[in-house]
Amino acid sequence: MEIKVVKDILGANEQIAQKNRQLFDGNKVFVANLMASPGAGKTSLILETIKRLKGKTKIGVIEGDISSTLDAEAISKEGVPVVQINTGGECHLDANMTSTALPSVPLKDIDLLLIENVGNLICPAEFTLGENIRVLISSIPEGDDKPFKYPLMFHEADAVLINKIDLLPYLKFDVAAFSKAIKGINQKAVIFPVSCTTGEGIDEWVSWLLEQIG
Amino acid sequence: MHELAITQSMLDLVLEQAAKADAKRVGKINLVLGEMTGVVGQCVQFYFDFLSKGTPAEKATLNFKVVPTTAKCLNCHREFKLGEFDWTCPHCKGNNIEIVGGKELFVESIEVE
Repeated sequence: MEIKVVKDILGANEQIAQKNRQLFDGNKVFVANLMASPGAGKTSLILETIKRLKGKTKIGVIEGDISSTLDAEAISKEGVPVVQINTGGECHLDANMTSTALPSVPLKDIDLLLIENVGNLICPAEFTLGENIRVLISSIPEGDDKPFKYPLMFHEADAVLINKIDLLPYLKFDVAAFSKAIKGINQKAVIFPVSCTTGEGIDEWVSWLLEQIG
Repeated sequence: MHELAITQSMLDLVLEQAAKADAKRVGKINLVLGEMTGVVGQCVQFYFDFLSKGTPAEKATLNFKVVPTTAKCLNCHREFKLGEFDWTCPHCKGNNIEIVGGKELFVESIEVE
């Protein structure tokens, strides 16, 4: 006997993500899911964002890594509540892992939750966590062909940051071609060239983020 | 690597549907995989063989229907298959496209006994 199913395989993840979202909305917390390849500058961007929003917006952070608490330690030095999720091998965060971390996040006391996903340009694009926006951090050393290699990730992003632009004089990276490729597949994406080292472009990113929080 | 989580979700969904139908055994699972999801059928099969052991879906045949990444040109509204390093519309050379196929990831049907 054949049974018609036609059900999304990740439907279960989606349901938990919606529950997370209700919890976020109920606590008036705006959530950004930060995704990037390893070493693109996710933690550096979080640190720069925290520095600029100090005294303006109360931030919490969830750090997703396969192992270690290095990133969480760096962020807790800024006096921001941070929860580390070690996925123990899983290459992405999913809605369920996120929900189990939420009781440790002081949702009542924060306005903005930054979730640093596991460094990976493939799997995190598939799993929503209940976030309001998805932010992709790309960086100059990775090369300007990445939108073509990881189209789903670039297609899903609300904002794309091009980090490490201080390295542009030393590396071959065509910012215009890169931006054109992203805009071609994802017209809504907002693109910010930034450097977490020199601070260039970070203010523009932060004011955009504040606009989204409303 | 995301195939492990995806296969587990797929198996849960299949077993739930099979239980609803009071089925003793699942013989075949028809899956639809979009090319853009990067889900590799061979990996799904590997994890499935392991995860389904001792369940009614053990030894079920997995049938994959792969949907190519398809774009629709926002200028001339024609559809085309997305090239690897060129996302220009082959008809009007437009650069703005919308993805209309290739993100699928679902269980279409199952065959049970």
